[in-house]
Amino acid sequence: MELWYTEQHTDNVRFSIKVDKPLFSGQSEFQRIDVFNSVEFGIFFTLDGLMMVTEKDEFIYHDMIVHVPMATNSKIKNVLVIGAGDGGTVRELTRYSAIEHIDMVEIDKLVVDVCRKYLPQTACKLDDPRVQLYFEDGLKFVRSKENAYDLIVVDSTDPFGPGEGLFTREFYGNCFKALKEDGILVNQHESPYYAEYAKSMQRAHKRIREFFPVCRVYQAHIPTYPSGHWLFGFASKTYDPLADLDEQSWNNLGLKTRYYNTEIHKGCFALPNYVKELLVSADE
Amino acid sequence: MHSLWQGKAPIYEALQKYKSLRVVPFDVPGHKQGRGNPQLTEFLGEKCLSVDVNSMKPLDNLVHPVSVIREAEELAADAFGAHHAFFMVNGTTAAVQAMIMSVCKQGDKIIMPRNVHRSAINALIISGTIPVYVNPGVNKHLGIPLGMSVAAVRNAIENNPDAKAIFINNPTYYGICSDLRSITELAHRHNMYVLVDEAHGTHFYFGENLPISAMAAGADMAAVSMHKTGGSLTQSSFLLISSRLSTGHVRQTINLTQTTSGSYLLLASLDISRRNLALEGKNIFKKVSALAHYAREEINKIGGYYAFSTELINGDSVFDFDHTKLSIYTREIGLAGIEVYDILRDDYEIQIELGDIGNILAIISVGDRELALERLVSALSEIKRLYMKDKAGMLDHEYINPDVVMTPQQAFYSTQHSVPISDSAGYVCGEFVMSYPPGIPILAPGERITEEIIDYITYSKAKGCFLTGTEDMSVKNIKIVEE
Repeated sequence: MELWYTEQHTDNVRFSIKVDKPLFSGQSEFQRIDVFNSVEFGIFFTLDGLMMVTEKDEFIYHDMIVHVPMATNSKIKNVLVIGAGDGGTVRELTRYSAIEHIDMVEIDKLVVDVCRKYLPQTACKLDDPRVQLYFEDGLKFVRSKENAYDLIVVDSTDPFGPGEGLFTREFYGNCFKALKEDGILVNQHESPYYAEYAKSMQRAHKRIREFFPVCRVYQAHIPTYPSGHWLFGFASKTYDPLADLDEQSWNNLGLKTRYYNTEIHKGCFALPNYVKELLVSADE
Repeated sequence: MHSLWQGKAPIYEALQKYKSLRVVPFDVPGHKQGRGNPQLTEFLGEKCLSVDVNSMKPLDNLVHPVSVIREAEELAADAFGAHHAFFMVNGTTAAVQAMIMSVCKQGDKIIMPRNVHRSAINALIISGTIPVYVNPGVNKHLGIPLGMSVAAVRNAIENNPDAKAIFINNPTYYGICSDLRSITELAHRHNMYVLVDEAHGTHFYFGENLPISAMAAGADMAAVSMHKTGGSLTQSSFLLISSRLSTGHVRQTINLTQTTSGSYLLLASLDISRRNLALEGKNIFKKVSALAHYAREEINKIGGYYAFSTELINGDSVFDFDHTKLSIYTREIGLAGIEVYDILRDDYEIQIELGDIGNILAIISVGDRELALERLVSALSEIKRLYMKDKAGMLDHEYINPDVVMTPQQAFYSTQHSVPISDSAGYVCGEFVMSYPPGIPILAPGERITEEIIDYITYSKAKGCFLTGTEDMSVKNIKIVEE
């Protein structure tokens, strides 16, 4: 018997992982959740059939979404994490002793419950005393916050389905309001390669740029995401991720990371020409 | 005799059967189940085109229904508590016109509030019926027209004992309901028919804790826009009648103007939606009520906006309020409703139903989701943060009492010529001017144009209202009656 998980990256491209055995399948109020075990990527989970996290390559995503802003501003104390039900983003954030408080807002409690059970590798720090979990719509949560956070991390699904509201102008505007005057917004920024994802990426970039004076995009290579080429958005009210990078201070923390280092930090903002063009033409 | 089991959907079932027979079409429509128009079929889907068919024996005929349409009408009548229900495919406009034309003829009087939809006044032009307008009153703070008070209706009846009918908006666009039961009793005591424009009230027939429906209140006819809050396709609608009217006569009146090529897509959508609401309506509208209630609370928390509801009830001109309507007063943040409406669409890709001078209206219905409401609330919060300004200088009055010089029909068919709107004060208007939506005329044919009306039109235009009704597409000139 052969069992394969297949994700349709486009109408004409498929990506498959051989499954050792399915571990969980369930339907929440918002989406279908599946967990599989595989030889190549270990345990992985999907939402509505789309790949979210695998044990083997999650370090890349979580390193990049957390350490880039943290190395830019070492004084970050209050953090809001939106989405991120697998817990990986929170795990990386809790490594910083300077961080005093983390609000994590995940719309779907079942995602967190399932990850706690099947993916302790990422969910292991959700009970850190600095972490407060909220199970509600991120768009709603951020609406009532003003001048409250140093960093907002938007670790969302794609902009179709329950994550849709997290790619809207009203969401970014509310994030701007929720951030302090030197606040940073980092978001999962989709992929530039396949047309459908590139469109989402452009739309997000265009809308973030309307609110934030500093608006940059950086990249990482994530093997299990469509095309493997993935982007993150770095937006802020004051800090520039390159000019304000404090290499020595970050390296002095002595954090052991498998993907991120300050050389990567400097390099990841260098983008291929076609991506630059997509970002420039995002307004059209 | 068939059973009136609401789980049935006779038109839908007949279409399913028709499809399964793989009939070879040598009749119209010429696209022949979509094969003749591949691009359209690709766009709308093969399933859709395959049932876009013509009347035929097994599918009955809307003009003279004897089988499946007849059965579907009876099921609908049963579901709505009416003596009979007509399937309408020319929109609720046709239903409103059929109501008036069924009971009023040339020279008859009809009592109505002035804030009716243009379809009602159109019916007056066609039939030569004379309107007796009742001032619905205005909520000064919100600038919205209210319902007719019982006293105002009584007064109109006493002054016009020869009137044939009373026409009521229930609810208004904003959700305001008149005392339908008392007005109906009053009208019936004076031998007048009660016609209700219930375009925005489909859900009253199926939900709980909602204002009374026209049929339940004993009204004689009601035009129900199934497509507005009931889930059927745009342009499909029901006309409901009580036993005081002859089904045959009303059908003859409908057939004067309704198409003889009734769309089976529209008919099936009515049939399926009626089934859905009859079976699931209670739960659906419970959810709709909860969503609207939640949205109102969240919007009122933002501050500046006022999402109003049942607290407006005053026992008379606001006898009841449809709390599924999400009507929001915006002027406190210094923005006209139409400005908020435009920003929501242009900047946030959120399309709401209407914006007027002081309010916006979002329709919450069978198809809504919580996540979408969060977007609306968050966008409103952002609009306040980004665009709030001083409210000084904003026009705050909406209802203008009309000076009716001649009947709409007389004015429409008289000799007219065009003048710039700015120079039209004092003349008798020969055509309509209205913002669309809501489609309630600012001016109707036969009314005297005043400076106040011109100011209102100019202001509405400046704020971005979509003005319609005049022959001049740019709405700069207006046709006046040569007296």
